[in-house]
Order: sequence, then structure tokens, then C-alpha cells
Amino acid sequence: MVLETDPRAEPETIGHRVKSALSVPAVAFFKLLDVPFRWLQRLLGIGSMPYLFLLPNLAFFGLFVIVPLFLSLGYSVTGGTNLYLGERPYVGGEQYGYLFQCENYTDPATCREDRFWKAIFNTGVFVFFQVGFMVLFSLVTALILNREIRGRGFFRAVFFFPVLLSPVVVALIWKWILLRDGVLNAFLVSMGLDRILFFVDPTWAMFWAIFVSVWAHMGFYTLILLAGLQAIPPDLYEAAEMDGTKKERVFWRITLPLLWPNMLVVIVLALIKSVQIFDEVFVLTGGGPGTATQFIVQYIYTTGFANQVQNFGLASAASVVLGVVLFVLTLVQLAVTRRKDEG
Amino acid sequence: MAYFLRKSVAAGVAAFGLMASAALAETELRIAWYNDGIEGEVMRDILDKFEAQNSDIKVTLDVLPYKAILESLPVQLAAGEGPDLARVTDLGGLSGHYLDLTPHVSDPAYWRENFGPFLNWMQPVGEPEQISGFMTQLTVTGPYVNKTLFEQAGVNMPGENATWDDWAAAVNDVAKKLDIPIPMAWDRSGHRVAGPAIAMGANMFDANGEPALVDDGLKAMATTLYNWHQDGTMAKDLWGSVSGSQYLGANEDFANARVVMYMSGSWQIPQFAEKIGDAFDWWAVPAPCGPAACTGMPGGAALVALKTTEHPAEVGKLMDYLSSEEVLNEFYGRTLFIPGHLGLAESGVDFKTDDPRAKHALETFAGAVPGISPVAFDLQGYVYNRVMFNALISRLGEAIVGEMTLDQAFERMTQDVEKEIAEKRRDG
Repeated sequence: MVLETDPRAEPETIGHRVKSALSVPAVAFFKLLDVPFRWLQRLLGIGSMPYLFLLPNLAFFGLFVIVPLFLSLGYSVTGGTNLYLGERPYVGGEQYGYLFQCENYTDPATCREDRFWKAIFNTGVFVFFQVGFMVLFSLVTALILNREIRGRGFFRAVFFFPVLLSPVVVALIWKWILLRDGVLNAFLVSMGLDRILFFVDPTWAMFWAIFVSVWAHMGFYTLILLAGLQAIPPDLYEAAEMDGTKKERVFWRITLPLLWPNMLVVIVLALIKSVQIFDEVFVLTGGGPGTATQFIVQYIYTTGFANQVQNFGLASAASVVLGVVLFVLTLVQLAVTRRKDEG
Repeated sequence: MAYFLRKSVAAGVAAFGLMASAALAETELRIAWYNDGIEGEVMRDILDKFEAQNSDIKVTLDVLPYKAILESLPVQLAAGEGPDLARVTDLGGLSGHYLDLTPHVSDPAYWRENFGPFLNWMQPVGEPEQISGFMTQLTVTGPYVNKTLFEQAGVNMPGENATWDDWAAAVNDVAKKLDIPIPMAWDRSGHRVAGPAIAMGANMFDANGEPALVDDGLKAMATTLYNWHQDGTMAKDLWGSVSGSQYLGANEDFANARVVMYMSGSWQIPQFAEKIGDAFDWWAVPAPCGPAACTGMPGGAALVALKTTEHPAEVGKLMDYLSSEEVLNEFYGRTLFIPGHLGLAESGVDFKTDDPRAKHALETFAGAVPGISPVAFDLQGYVYNRVMFNALISRLGEAIVGEMTLDQAFERMTQDVEKEIAEKRRDG
């Protein structure tokens, strides 16, 4: 007896039919594009086609990144408060000179623009601790979530959930918890302890700025590390187990080296995002107490927009300095990645 | 039947055509507005009446957060974009963008007669005759006290001509007896500090009329505020917990009876009448005295016409309507705002409230207007007053939390004001 159909073929369901019906317009669309692209390929040559495909994205990137970058450079060498670049007087490097006018760079109080240097100092402290804790906690969480524990899917969702929240919402929730009459102080009082004015003490304010930021973004970095952990071949662990290798040695000699490319991505992304911190902390602490949690982006925003005299020139000069810092960080990242690839 | 049908269709087409042409002929005016209380609601009612009388003009009230009026609107206006009218508080700072309404209103003399002194606040430099708008609200800064707490504590409220030190002693006494967490709170605002500083002798300007923020009077008031934050008379939560010139108010704490005395201003009346009601006696008291005066700061919000409008004639028509005595009587009466209209101030506004506390507060603040120091009026009319207020509040805040000494703060205040004004003057 001869079978009329292949028994291994999946039976055609209504779902399949709907899918193939829906794909008709897409197929028609691509067929329609086929003709002009073949013509373009003949005209430009096959070597130019990748650039053609990159063009839309490049145009978008150029318009919203490269052009503003040059505009910012332009504004930074002008003064006054006019919005249009052409109407602003040229002042050369005066804005930069003003920013860098310091008797002692380690003491912001001796600088003419003390708030800029305080913002730089605060950003440095924030980046150091935030990135450190972010990487540490993300790694620990990823290692735990990679194990066969009960409710693993639930916990993965729980740790990722804060990433989905708007930074303003995150900050408002935590503000509600930490205020003088907030949930945390109510708890402390109910335990017979004294209230702590978290937003009046500079150390507490910085601590909570770091804590909230780590809490809000940790899930994203955990996910990257988790993907890296799952990509490590299990036979390496089996071999190590058969050799009786200690767990700590397995971590340092197998897990961490193989996870390093993902770790590098996490470190660089966290670093860049950390230098750019603004929204969460601005809503949470308002940059206070005093200037204790005022970071560089808030300084730029305040100088350029929140003052009565909107000093776009000085704000742009500070933006250029921030851009240079981020550029250097990216170069370091590229150098480290290249060395790793070559090694 | 066919005849009837044809006639109906023709009538329908004609009606549709008329409606379409009316819609096309309609001019839309947009007002950028913010709310302290219920004034947006009241203004909408008034605008509905205006639209009923002027079917060719439609007015849209865009209610924005106050921060957007303060920070985004100036950028929008500088870019040549913007609404037809706006309700603003930085009266002098934005004056370069105001439309001169003189040729567009029906009776400029009425405006000069009734809004005279306030028109100066909105005039651009070198335009002493310009009519830009009218005050939707005249405000006066001054303190409120929780009278019920004084009665419960058995402490007498300091009387007329009491100083800030007298009040500080009294509110500390009340707070101690009743275990109230915050004896005194001030809005975190340079404008709020300016009045008491002038009372202490601050002149704000030098002999040439140039800004001179730091002098002995200002130092005296700033030092008092600094000391109150150190001895617990004022909580650091407000002034110490944010950076720069960010505004923070203690209205919620006062409404929850957690503050004995609250330095704010007349614009809180409608809010307190609604929120506190008769839960306790919230009582406006006259501005405490210093050696130079017993004064608060005048201020307020104005509805101004903007150069960005493409319909100046319609804007003029709308402003004529809104500024009329009858309409303003309704607006001020329902919003419980102190009138910025001299005729109404003299004849009295029919305030729509039975609350004796609100009535007393309105009388107290309105009665304070004649006693306001001329220095305070000059400062309010100064184009860069916000530069001075911001320098004052931000540097004093940094001193209060211990980032710098008071002397360093005074030095920085002067530098900040000089730097910002020099930057502005580069525009020519």
C-alpha cells in the first residue's frame, strides 16, 4: 500500500491557514520591493548595497545624534541667552575656561563654578558604587536564577518587573517609602526606633539614590548575565564535577571566564547609564540635600533650562565635557574588548 | 414625495455648507494656563460665556503644570512658537515676548486707570506705555498660624508689630507643649524670604539701581533663618532636602496641623478653605516686623498676550472681555483671589465664601497691600528678580545643610547674580 501523504508532515490547522493568509500581503510587499532593489543593485554594484541598507538608520542617527552634537559644540563657544545659534555672540573657549577655573581641582569650593565640580565629584562617587553594586547583585541574582529552584520563572519575572516601570514612577514609590512620614519611618517608629530623615542627611540621600537605581535596573543586567550563564556548555561543569573540582574553583575558572564577554557588556552599559543618571534621582532627592546628589546631567539641565537666565552656552560646554568622558569610556571598552578577543 | 426629498437634501447641503463655512471662519485662541486651585474651572465658565457672545472665536484653555510655564514656555517663546496668551508669574523675565495690546483693546485708558501700577511689572525695558495684560491674581506674602494650637497650648499669639523673633519664641512654646513636629515652616522660595529681609533693612538695589542682593538687612534675615534650621524652629526637610532653587511648600504639613506657623502667601486661601475648612482655625496674621518695615512681598500671576499670536484683534477682544470689572468681579470672587484691579480693590469684591477664616485671611492680606515697602514693589518689578531669588535660596540652602558657611554663601550669592545678569546682557 502506498501512502498518499507524508505521515511525518504536521496536519494543517486553521491557525496555519490564517497565518499563510496573513503572510500574503507581506510576501506581496517584498516582491514589490524586489524589482527596484534589483535595479539599484545593477546600478550601484553589489558592494554598495550594505551601505544603502544602512542609510535610513544612519540618517536617523545623524539627525538626532551627530547634528545635536555639532550644535552643542557650536552653542558651547557662544554666550547670551538667545536660542538661535546665529544670534548668539561668539565667546571662544570662555565657557570652558569658566567651568575649569579652579584653584584646587580636588576642592570644588575653590572653583568658580563650584556646582559643576560638585556634580562631577558626586557623579564619580555614584558611578563607582552604583556600577559596582549593580554588577555584583546582578551576577549573584543571575547565578541563583540559573539554578533549578522552585518558582524560577516567577522570580525571574519579579526581578525584571522594576525595569518595566517608568523611572519617575520608581522614584515616586521610593519617595513615598522614605519620606519623614513614609512607610519605612512608620515601621521604624512602630519598632520603637527614631525617625530617620533620609533626604536631609547627605550620606543617606546618596545611599538611597544608589540603592533605588540598582533596584530599578538590576533585572535588565541580570537577564544579560543569565543568557550568558545558560550559554556555558554543561559538559564543562560535568567534567569539573567528575574531577572533584571545588565549587569556588568552578566559579573562578569556568563560570567567570566564560561569562566575561557578557560581564563586559553589563559593565560598559551600566557605566554609561550611570554617568547619565538624572530622572530617578531628580524626582527622588531633587539633587539634595544641598548639592549632595546633584549629578552632571542635572547640572546641565538646571543651567540650561531651570534658571531664569537660561545659559545654553555653559550647559552645552558641560555637555561637551560629559560627551568627552563618555567617549573615553567607550574607547576603553573597545580597547578591553579587542585585547580580550586577541588574547 | 420626490420634490420633498429633493428639498430636504438641498436644505441639508445648505446647512452643512453654512456650518462648514462657520467652522472655517472660526478663530481659535489658545491660552497656556496653570492652576493653584479652582481658577481654571472658573476661567472656563467665563470663556464659555465669551464664546456664546462671540461665536466666531473659540478659546482653548491648555492647563499645564506650573513647572512647564516656568521652564518650557520661555524656550518655546524664544523659538518663536507659543500660544496666543499665557498665565505667567515671571512677569518681567518674559516681558520681551508680550504683545502690546494698546492698539487692540477698546479703551486703553480703562486699563491704565485700573491696572496702572501692575502694568509696569509686565513692561519690557524701554516700553513704559505698553499694555501687556492684567493680573489674574495679586498676591501678598505673609504667614498663617494654627490658632487652634495656640488656644490648646494656652499661649498668646503675638500682637500687632510683633517681630519674627517674638513669633519664633511663641511657636516654639506651642510646639513644645503640644509636641508638634514643625514649629515654623517657610516655602522654599527666594520670593518668600525677600519680604522679611526688606523688613530687616535689605535694600536689594544700590544707588544706581543695580541689583545688590547682599547687604546687612539680608544678612540679618538669612542668619536668622539659618539659626532656626539649626535650633529646630524650622525643619530641614523643606529647605535642606533639595538642591538649587527648587520650590517646596509646606501647605500639606500645615493642613495636617503639623506646623504651627507657615510663611507663604495669599494664594493659599482657596486651598486652605477647601482642604482645612473648619477642621481648625487657620489664621492669616500681618507680616511680622523688622527694624525697617513690616512688609511682605507683592506678586502674582498675570494673563498676558503674546507676540506669537496670529490673531491680535481677537486677542484684544478677549482681553477686553476678561478685564472688564464685571467679569473680574466674578473671577476674583469665585477664586478668592486678591484683586489686581484698582477699581475692584476700592469697591470691594463679592467673595463667594461663608468661611470666616477665609474672609479674615482675605481682609488681612488685602489690608497688607498699603503697607508693602516700596523696595518690595521695585524688586517685584525688576526684570531679573528671579535671578536674585534663585541665588538667595540655593546658596542659603547649601549653607543650611552645612556645605558652606554663611559668609561663603553670601559671597556666592553675589557672584551668581553678577554672572547670570552679565550673561543676559551679552544679548545686547
